[in-house]
Amino acid sequence: MSEHVHRDDFGARLGMWLFLVTEIVLFGGLFIGYSYMRYKYPMEFHHGGAELNATLGVINTVVLLTSSLTVVLAIVAIQRAEKKRAMAFLGTTLALGLTFLVIKSFEWAAKFHHGLYPNAPHLATLPPGEQVFFGLYFTMTGLHGLHVIVGLSLLSVMLWWVATDRIRADRYIHLENSGLYWHLVDVIWIFLLPLFYLAA
Amino acid sequence: MTTHATAQPSYLVDTGSRKGLMAWLTTTDHKRIALLYLFSMIAFFLVAMGVGFVMRLVQLTTFQHLITARTYNALFTLHGVIMIFLFVIPGLPAVFGNFFLPILIGAKDVAFPRLNLASWYFFMAGAILAVLSLFTGGGAPDTGWSFYAPFSLKTGTNVSLAVFGAFVLGFSSMLTGINFITTIHRLRAPGMKWFRMPLMCWALYSTSWIQLLATPIVAITLVLVILERFFGIGIFDPAKGGDPLLYQHLFWIYSHPAVYIMILPAMGAITEIIPTFAKRTIFGYKAIAFSSMAIAGVGSLVWAHHMFTSGMSNLATMLFSLLTMIVAVPSAIKVFNWVSTLYKGSIDFQPPLLFALTFIFLFAIGGLTGVMQGALAINVHIHDTYFIVGHFHYVMFGGTGMGFFAALLYWFPKMFGKMYSKTAIYISWFPIFIGFNMLYFGMLILGMMGMPRRYYVHLPQFHTMHVVATVGSWFLVLGLLTYFGTLLYALFKGPKAEDNPWGGVTLEWTLPSPPIQENFETIPTITHGPYQFEQESK
Repeated sequence: MSEHVHRDDFGARLGMWLFLVTEIVLFGGLFIGYSYMRYKYPMEFHHGGAELNATLGVINTVVLLTSSLTVVLAIVAIQRAEKKRAMAFLGTTLALGLTFLVIKSFEWAAKFHHGLYPNAPHLATLPPGEQVFFGLYFTMTGLHGLHVIVGLSLLSVMLWWVATDRIRADRYIHLENSGLYWHLVDVIWIFLLPLFYLAA
Repeated sequence: MTTHATAQPSYLVDTGSRKGLMAWLTTTDHKRIALLYLFSMIAFFLVAMGVGFVMRLVQLTTFQHLITARTYNALFTLHGVIMIFLFVIPGLPAVFGNFFLPILIGAKDVAFPRLNLASWYFFMAGAILAVLSLFTGGGAPDTGWSFYAPFSLKTGTNVSLAVFGAFVLGFSSMLTGINFITTIHRLRAPGMKWFRMPLMCWALYSTSWIQLLATPIVAITLVLVILERFFGIGIFDPAKGGDPLLYQHLFWIYSHPAVYIMILPAMGAITEIIPTFAKRTIFGYKAIAFSSMAIAGVGSLVWAHHMFTSGMSNLATMLFSLLTMIVAVPSAIKVFNWVSTLYKGSIDFQPPLLFALTFIFLFAIGGLTGVMQGALAINVHIHDTYFIVGHFHYVMFGGTGMGFFAALLYWFPKMFGKMYSKTAIYISWFPIFIGFNMLYFGMLILGMMGMPRRYYVHLPQFHTMHVVATVGSWFLVLGLLTYFGTLLYALFKGPKAEDNPWGGVTLEWTLPSPPIQENFETIPTITHGPYQFEQESK
């Protein structure tokens, strides 16, 4: 089998954008479900939102937005062949992503503590609309959390590749694509924040 | 026979460090990946065909002591899941798209060859999960291929694993779509402008967009079913405030466009076959290209016509009825253009053309019965009857299936460098055509009489037509086995095929049969449209 010398960074970026479209549509299905249910149960969603900790939600938003910035700075650094700086920015991104997950897990733990999770005896006593609210809350933040984990894994590999010079000033499409993925994770969170935390 | 002064080996010859099976399982050559798909799909097709055969036997009541009602439920689920997810949806794009898309646009491979191989592994993983679900957990799912909530949430059978298998198959489909779109945008040969592409490429391009935009919806829907079964999130469960109708909407938002994922590439293949055997350029190139895109667009907005009796508002049913009627227009444009291409052409009647004409005939019946169901009043009468079953078999089997068989006959000599016995193919056609119409037209009549679908038993007044349909299924299976047997024989014992056995003018016919590893020794420069035959250019 002959080695493929063909290289097309534009094509690789196009492919990544197309993949991001599928991700947006994936969450789009959930957003449709959310819109329909919120239309059906406006008051229950209001009460459900009041149970969430908006302060933690906003802090997490800041954390995630900052991590998107550091990814961009890492790409700029690699374009300027500043390897050490790129690694530092990538490391910061990873740390911020982990912070997000830690805060998120505290929130989830609190909800479990209060019996606000699917199939919980306490939740079953609440009106149906609130049960749906928390079902959606766990599904959507859970799926988003999964994307954060995938993004962090990708960026860890990128960090390693920068360290081993597989990603260089003349060849950084993989880092760029991973950065795009990380921005997507960010964008989705920006929609989740008002839909759940600010629903009250 | 044209001679190629080439020392380059064909793609079927191992030249790398790996040999035999390992060379195939690690290949990134789009042509080899196409063959991996082809052989796995034909295997799945034959299994599902066998299941369908047994289901027909059950309707001859004498066989009911062999199959219980519960097994019958599992059988129609199995038949649907395998046929739809493992053959009809991926069939033409994965086999002929993979093999011929790069060749038709003058490229050496697809944009992401390794991703292409990964798609095949996703496909096989999904298939294996679906098969495992039959034998593990609570046994084979009995929900039908549509996994309707709330039954799919409550049944004790192994729905979760089957649904997860479908989810993984969705990945394969999406990644293939991404690959094809990028390939068409980036890898067209010099001079291969958008309107110089063979129309198969337009069909694959439209299909890829549907795969990209619709598949994620079913992916999330299936994830929700799994979460519902394991954690009880409540979104489809009325007891917790959820709504089963939401499931139906989300499911059909994907699964109706999926019908166009199935049929568009088949239409593309037919559009390649017709000009080659009419020896003249296609009638209305742009109309066909745009109708593909129109089908993809409008076809994404008709999903709720599956739900007219599910309890939607009157306004919604009327809107979806109107949109359903509209989507028939671009399909009709294609049929019109194919027939117009044949008109005053110098027709060279060969097996691929026979199957292409069969496609047009059967698809027309499937399309027209579809328009009937789009009308609200008729829909209420025939909803969930055999009429529906007959209709979608005319579209999926008469359309996509026949399109697949026609495409295989057309490109078989190019893919394998062997020629099959044309006489044997003609002989196989008669039982296929007669059996097909006995079986599925019989179903249309049964449906009009009121026979509900998915029933294990039937009332005496339906028995005669059930016998007709079952006997038809025997003819059909006989014909299909002859067809596949002929090709299998040709694969091993067939005479060597010429490079251009049909006198085609698109790029694949400029290559040796079978093609060399990276298709083109030098990338061609394109100076004219795809279907210029000599007598016309004079």
